[in-house]
Amino acid sequence: MANNPDLAGAFERDDPAFVPYLAAGDPDYEASLEYVEALARGGADVIELGLPFSEPIAEGKTIQDAIVRALDAGMTPDRYFEFVAELDVDVPLVCMTYYNLIYQYGQEEGPRPFVEKAADVGITGFVVPDLPAEEADPLREACDEFDLDLVFIVAPTTRGDRLDRMREQVSGYVYVQARLGTTGARDDVSDQTDESLARIDDWDVPKAVGFGIKEGDHAARIVRAGADGIIVGSALVDIVAEGYENDEPVSAVADRLEAKARDLKEGALRGAQQRAESVVPEDQ
Amino acid sequence: MSETVKFGQYGGQYVPEVLMPAIEELTDAYERYVLDNEDGFMDEFRQRLRDFGGRPTPLQYADQLSEAYDTAVYLKREDLLHGGAHKLNNALGQVLLAKYMGKERIIAETGAGQHGTATAMAAAHLDMPCEIYMGRTDINRQRPNVFRMRLNGAEVNPVTVGRGTLKEAISETMRDWATTVETTHYVIGSIVGPAPFPAMVRDFQSVISEEAREQIRDHAGRLPDSVVACAGGGSNTMGSFAEFVDDADVDLLAVEAGGSSLTVNEQEGVAPNSATLSTGDEGVLHGARTKLLQDSDGQIMESHSVSAGLDYAGVGPELAHLVDEGRVTPANVDDDAALEAFHRLSQEEGIIPALETAHAFGYLHENPDAVGDVTVINVSGRGDKDLETVIEETEQRDLDVDVDMSVFEAAEGM
Repeated sequence: MANNPDLAGAFERDDPAFVPYLAAGDPDYEASLEYVEALARGGADVIELGLPFSEPIAEGKTIQDAIVRALDAGMTPDRYFEFVAELDVDVPLVCMTYYNLIYQYGQEEGPRPFVEKAADVGITGFVVPDLPAEEADPLREACDEFDLDLVFIVAPTTRGDRLDRMREQVSGYVYVQARLGTTGARDDVSDQTDESLARIDDWDVPKAVGFGIKEGDHAARIVRAGADGIIVGSALVDIVAEGYENDEPVSAVADRLEAKARDLKEGALRGAQQRAESVVPEDQ
Repeated sequence: MSETVKFGQYGGQYVPEVLMPAIEELTDAYERYVLDNEDGFMDEFRQRLRDFGGRPTPLQYADQLSEAYDTAVYLKREDLLHGGAHKLNNALGQVLLAKYMGKERIIAETGAGQHGTATAMAAAHLDMPCEIYMGRTDINRQRPNVFRMRLNGAEVNPVTVGRGTLKEAISETMRDWATTVETTHYVIGSIVGPAPFPAMVRDFQSVISEEAREQIRDHAGRLPDSVVACAGGGSNTMGSFAEFVDDADVDLLAVEAGGSSLTVNEQEGVAPNSATLSTGDEGVLHGARTKLLQDSDGQIMESHSVSAGLDYAGVGPELAHLVDEGRVTPANVDDDAALEAFHRLSQEEGIIPALETAHAFGYLHENPDAVGDVTVINVSGRGDKDLETVIEETEQRDLDVDVDMSVFEAAEGM
């Protein structure tokens, strides 16, 4: 179930993974390095690092804006690989991007050259929101060749045959989309999360829930519902955006990101503890 | 049976997982209702196209153009379809299909506003709530169409990201669909997007070539040497070509927007044209593998055309395939030539064409020898919506064909 033991290994039952997302290069290369490292200091277990694509159809406004800032500041696939190589963090890095960038990098050769380069600079896996299981074979094969994981997103609408197909293809962890729609921080936790988790209860890959998680209490609630990890993007990108708009010093923004990361990680741990306390073993 | 998912290496379904179940549901509905005419869907569609839409549209012999270019020029008058463009064929088909599927709400993107107005009309006709996403730039340059959509009761949602044109409007409509997919049908406006949209939209639009093929036999006693249509996303193009694809002796000419230049500014991410078939290369955008205007990294370029309806960085996957196969010949006509053709058709044939359509006539003017002895040109839409743009753009240029507007100044002076 895992090509790279580091990724699945970051999720533990009593220590659920906190998986933050930032767009690489937002709002610029140097600041972004600081921000990603701050997340690691704050307790990130895995980091989803976005490679910005000009048409991000799965993203809400917060991350669309982050992508525009990063592209305007000159982020490209080659710069992204430099960025990853330069990052000083010791947690697994997952590249989140759209298929055209992966595909174009190799020109005639398909996704293989991109995957090879990503493996070379230290990427552990991929999330590609516009690549459903139907179209994923070429990327899957390249990931297998270089021992990288390919994470799939299970949506609230995913049922039956589609779940079976994804179960066969997924590795590393499964990204459980908490609600319909696009990415973005929300003030509530969706009931769809519980239903989605229940549908994949017997899968043996870790289950990470994302889309809409904003604070520690959400994280606790979702871990209590059975998640092995939580994915948080927009609530962190909001901090980057605010710092950029108010022209704040990079170190001040990094401090706030670190504090937010700590709050979310602690929430996840709290949820795991509550879950452990409430569980009555089934055979008693 | 025509292909429905992949067209050679093009097509496919590159969309977020959240949409895939809806795509599967739509594929099932397409096969049952459109391909197999279940519950008489196609019969009802054809009847409504007749009674509400005004089909069949005429095929008209163009006296002046035929004489000027020394070739028999026939005009397929899609500008006479209800709403003033070919767009209703598809919009009516999809809104009716949504109704058969039990959907409660319609969303659509629009560039020039023609697809938005057609969808708004079809939704009002079939009593479905409708919301249209439209780029802010396009809202400003297509004001009459925005007003028409509002008159038909549709909500119009401005899209402010990026340059605010068709590309951004499609992305935003997909985002709405990802949120509302269980109750909503997305009426995509061209032969683009994930399967089954490209095949389904082609099937709804192929009524154009189905009629034209019969009509030209009546008029000319034979098939044409060529069919000419403008190409943006490509729905009027494939609609005009579909029934002629198997007629190997009929040349199929797809005329794209050459814009102000075919040279790309990679630094700025701008292609000052929309000549995707002529100059684009393979990639994945908005759910399909197709030809795209993109930089060497794979970021999508901002396209340009004086005509909003052709202003798109992608093109239908089936057209990309037919071009690679050598069956369809891509060509392009720049902004100036399209504007001249707009004036020429207005003056010589009494038909004010859409700026999109004018590209096809610009091609005829520049290449009269390339169309053979008998040609069919699709008049994909009428030009009322473009009058403001045309006045503005004409004033900025020194065109061979022009209109003297000094009457306004004279009137003001009275």
